[in-house]
Amino acid sequence: MWEALTAAFEIIFTSTHQIYLFLGVILGLAIGIFPGLGGIAGLSLVLPFLYGVDPVSGLALMVGLIAVVPTSDTFASVLLGIPGSSASQATVLDGFPLSKQGEAARALSAAFSASLFGGLFGAVLLSLLISVARPLILSFRTPELLMLTALGFSMVGTLAGKSMGKGLVAAGLGVLASTIGEAPANGSPRMTFDLWYLQDSFALVIVGLGIFALPEIVDLLRQDRSISEEPKLGSGWQVGVKDWWHNKWLSFRCAGIGSIVGIIPGLGGSVVDWIAYGHTVQSTKDKSQFGKGDIRGVIGPESSNNAKEGGALLPTILFGIPGSGGMAIFLGGMVLLGLETGPSMLEAELNTTYTIVWSLALANVIGATLCILVSPLIAKLTIIRFPLLAPFILMMIIFAAFQTKQTFWDIVALFGFGLLGIFMRRFHWPRPAFLIGFVLADQAEVYTYQAVQFIGVYGLEYIISPVFLVLLLLTVVSVWIGAQYNRKMHGHGDEKNESSSLQNRRSELIFTGIVILFLALALGDAWLVPILIDKVFPLTIASIAMGFAVYVFLMQMVGGESHPVHGDNEIQQDRELNKRSIARTLGWFVLLIALTAVFGLFIASIFFLLVFFIIRAKTNQLNALLLTLLALGGISIMAWSLNRDFPPGLLQQYFDLPWPFR
Amino acid sequence: MKNALKKILKLKILVFSIIFASSAMAVDFSGKRVEWIVPFGEGGGSGKWAQFYAPWLSDALPGKPTVLIKYMPGAGSTKGANYFADRAKPDGLTILGTSGSTQFPYLLNDRRVKYEYKDWHVVLATATGGAAYVSPKLGVKSIEELSKLKGVKLLYGSQGATSLDLVPLLAFEILGLDVQPVFGMKGRSAGRLAFERGETNIDYQTSFAYISKVVPLVKEGKAVPIMSWGALDADGNLVRDPNFPDLPTPADAYKMIHGKAPSGPAWEAWMTFFTAGFPAQKMVFLPKGTSREIIDTYTEAFNKIFNHPDFPAKSKKRLGTYPQLTGAGAALNLKQATTVSDSSKAWVQNWLKDRFGVNLKK
Repeated sequence: MWEALTAAFEIIFTSTHQIYLFLGVILGLAIGIFPGLGGIAGLSLVLPFLYGVDPVSGLALMVGLIAVVPTSDTFASVLLGIPGSSASQATVLDGFPLSKQGEAARALSAAFSASLFGGLFGAVLLSLLISVARPLILSFRTPELLMLTALGFSMVGTLAGKSMGKGLVAAGLGVLASTIGEAPANGSPRMTFDLWYLQDSFALVIVGLGIFALPEIVDLLRQDRSISEEPKLGSGWQVGVKDWWHNKWLSFRCAGIGSIVGIIPGLGGSVVDWIAYGHTVQSTKDKSQFGKGDIRGVIGPESSNNAKEGGALLPTILFGIPGSGGMAIFLGGMVLLGLETGPSMLEAELNTTYTIVWSLALANVIGATLCILVSPLIAKLTIIRFPLLAPFILMMIIFAAFQTKQTFWDIVALFGFGLLGIFMRRFHWPRPAFLIGFVLADQAEVYTYQAVQFIGVYGLEYIISPVFLVLLLLTVVSVWIGAQYNRKMHGHGDEKNESSSLQNRRSELIFTGIVILFLALALGDAWLVPILIDKVFPLTIASIAMGFAVYVFLMQMVGGESHPVHGDNEIQQDRELNKRSIARTLGWFVLLIALTAVFGLFIASIFFLLVFFIIRAKTNQLNALLLTLLALGGISIMAWSLNRDFPPGLLQQYFDLPWPFR
Repeated sequence: MKNALKKILKLKILVFSIIFASSAMAVDFSGKRVEWIVPFGEGGGSGKWAQFYAPWLSDALPGKPTVLIKYMPGAGSTKGANYFADRAKPDGLTILGTSGSTQFPYLLNDRRVKYEYKDWHVVLATATGGAAYVSPKLGVKSIEELSKLKGVKLLYGSQGATSLDLVPLLAFEILGLDVQPVFGMKGRSAGRLAFERGETNIDYQTSFAYISKVVPLVKEGKAVPIMSWGALDADGNLVRDPNFPDLPTPADAYKMIHGKAPSGPAWEAWMTFFTAGFPAQKMVFLPKGTSREIIDTYTEAFNKIFNHPDFPAKSKKRLGTYPQLTGAGAALNLKQATTVSDSSKAWVQNWLKDRFGVNLKK
C-alpha cells in the first residue's frame, strides 16, 4: 500500500495532472456557488472532454471538481440562506443567521476550515479502507440500510423545535410529498391526478429552494434591508478558523458520520448534512443558540459533506455502484477513461486508485484555501441592500428549478413549495423535519418493502446482525436525546405567545386545517391505490401524521397560552420589521413567473430586472441598466458553458429564436 | 383552427424538404450541438451505451458537432420518450436513445406511453444479451444440475415486472424454478449488490455488466453461471449467444429437463418479448418529420463509425460482439422489436396481472 501511495504521489505531482486538477477545482468551485447546481451538472459538463485524456489527468479533473462542490456551495447557504447544493441544506440553519448578525466572514471561514478537515479526513479514510471496504459494504444488507434510514428519521426529534407534534406532522408531510408519483414497488400512481408532471417525485432541488430559499428572500425583501443587520462586517476570517479549532472533535465526529454515510450505497448524499447537524445539536450541552446562529451548526454539517465524497468513492470504485447522482456520472467518466471499476482497481490499477486519494486531498486544500481567501470579499454581499440582490436571486432559482425536469411546471412547483415554506416558517412548523421526511421517504419505503419480502422467506431472525444492533442502539439513543431536548424546551415555561390569545389563533388554525385537509386527501388517495404494497406506506404515514395533526389542531384551539404548538410570526416579533405585506412581495415573484410563461425566462428577466431595479429598488436608470446587463451576462455565461437552456414560454412555441432567447 | 395549423405545418415540412432535397449535400452540423436524449439515469446501461457512441458520432457527422447526452429519467423511461415525441424538432439536432424498457410499456399498451415508434426514424440498433447466475451456496455447479433447484425457494432482485425483468422472470417460470422476485431494486446494479450481499441467490445482468462485473465473481467462486438468454440467428431461431458459448439458452435448459423443446403460449410469449427486448435493445431515433437527407446523413455517419479501423476492438470491449446496425438492418430490427402478436401480448398482460397483480389496462 505504501509503495502505491508514494508512487501515486509522484504521478499526481507532475505538471499536467496538476493543471487538470486545478481546472477541476476551479470548475467545481464555480458550479458549487450557483444554487441548485451540484456535482452532476459539473461532471456532465466535463464528460464530453474526457475522451482521449490520459486516465490520471481525467481522474484529477473529475475528483478536483466533485471534491470542492461541497466547499463552495457554502457561500449561497451562509450568505443568502439558499442551499448551494443538496449537501449543504443544514448549513443554512445557523450559517444564515450568522450572516444576518454580520458574522458572514467568520461563518464562512469556519465552514471552509471544517470542509477542508472533512475532505482530508475522507481522503485518509479512503486510502486506509480501500483494501478492506468490500466486506464492510457488503455487511450493510437491507435491514441495516433500513435501520440507517431510521437513524436519519430519529433526527426529527432533535430538529422539531418547540413542538414535537408539529415536527412529526412536518416530517410526515415531507414523506407524503415524496410519495407523490409512481410507487417504487409496482408503479401505482399516487396523488398524481393524472398529471404527467406528478408521475415522477418532486426534485429535491426544487423542494430545498422552495422551502428554504423563497421564505428568506420574501422576508428580506419585506424588511427592505441588507442581509446583515450590522452595517459593517464583524469578526474576520481568523476567528472562524479558531472557532473550528475549538470544535475540532465535533468536526472529527461529523467527518466520520459523513464518510460512513458516503460509503454505504443506497442512502444518498443529501441526508448526510442533516444527520451531522442533528448529531451536533444532540452532542452539545447548551442548545439554546441553534437555529439562531451557533457556529457549531455550521461546522458540523460542513465537516460531514466534504468527508462524504471520500466515502462515496469507495462503492463507486469497488463495486461500480454509485451512491449518488454525481457518483453515477463519475462512474461514466471512469469508463470513458478506460478504467474498469471493481477488484482490478485494487490490483493492476492500484496506483491509479491512489492518485484519486491524492487528488481528493489536494483538491480540498486548494479549494478551501481559495474560498477562505475570497470569503471576506464575497461576504460583503451581505451588506448590500437586498432589493439589489433579490431579482438576480429570483431569476437564478427559477433557472435552477427548471433544470430538474425542463418544464414550466418545475417553476410552478418551486412556487408551490415556496408558499408552503413561507407558511411553515410563519406558523413555526419545523422545515428541517419536512426535508428529512422528504429525503428519506423513498428509501424508507423501498427498504421496508424489500425487508418484508426477505423476512417472508428467511424469517424474522434474518434481520438480526451486529451492525443492525449497533444501528438500533444509536437510533434509540438519538430518539432519547431528542425527547430529552424536547422536554427541556417545554420545561422552560416558554414566554407567553401573543398569538395564543384567542382571536389571534385564527390564522394558525387555518393553516393547520389546510394541513389536515391535505392529509385527508393523501389518506383517501392511498386508500384507492389498488395494489396493496404500493398502498401500505403512504396509508400508514398519512394516518399517523393525521393523528398528530388533529392533536396540534385541538391544542391550538383549546391549549393554554404557553402551549408549544402556538406560533405566528405575523403577530409576534417580526411584525414591526415587515414594511410590506407578503402578498405584495410575492407579487414580484408571480410577475416574473407570469412573464416567463409568456416570453421565456431570458426575455422575461430583461423586463423584470429593469422594472424591479427602477421601481422597487429605486436605482437610477443607468444603474438599473448596468445591473441588468451584469445579471443577464453572468447567467448567460453560466448557462452557455453548462449547456443549459433557459425556460421557454409561449413565445418560443411559435417562434424559433436564437439562443439564449429560445 | 387545428386543421389550419396542421396545413401550415405540412407546408413547412414540404418547404423544408424541398430546400434540403435541392441541396442534398447541405446537411452540415458545424458549430451545432446535437442533443442525445437518454430517458434513463446516468449510471445505467443506456447511459454507458450513449457515452460510448457520443464521441464517435461527433467525429463522424459532417461538421463535427458536439454531441451532448441529456439524461431525462423518470416514469420507467416513458417520460423522456414522451418528451422527445412531443418536443423534438426534426432538424437532426435532437436524437433519442431508447432501450427495451422503453419498448415494453409501448408493447403492453401502458397508459403512460404517448409516443409512437412508427413516427420515428431509426438510425442505430444495438443488440445485447444477458446471462443468469446463482449463488454457489445452492450447490449447483451448472445447468445440468438444475433439477436440484426444484422446490428450492430462489430470490431474485427485480426492478419491476413490466421492465426488462419480464424476460428473466418468465424464463424462470417456464423452467419450473420457484423464483420469488423481490421488487423495488433500482436498476440491475442494485440487484447485483443484493446478490453479492447474499440476500438474493439468483440474478441476471445484461452482457456488458455481466462481462465486467460478474465474470470476476465467477472466477472468485462467488457466482455460478447457469444460462444466457441466447441470440437470434439470421432466420430468427434462438441459438447460443456467441459471447457466452458455454451457456445454454432457456430452450436448451428446458430440453435438458423435459427432454423436448419448449412450446405453448408461455414459450411463445417469452420468445416474443425476448425478441423485442434484446436483439434490438437499444436504438437511436430521429423525430417525426425528419428529412431523408438528415436520416441518410446519420446512417452514413454510423456506417463510417462501424468501418473505422479502431471500432471493432473498442466496441468489443465496451459493448460485446453484438450486431450494431444502421439503415435497412436497423429498420428490420425496429419492426421486430415493436410488433408482438396479440395473443402473446394478451398472455403477458394476464400473466402480469395474475402473478404480480400488475394491471396495465386503464
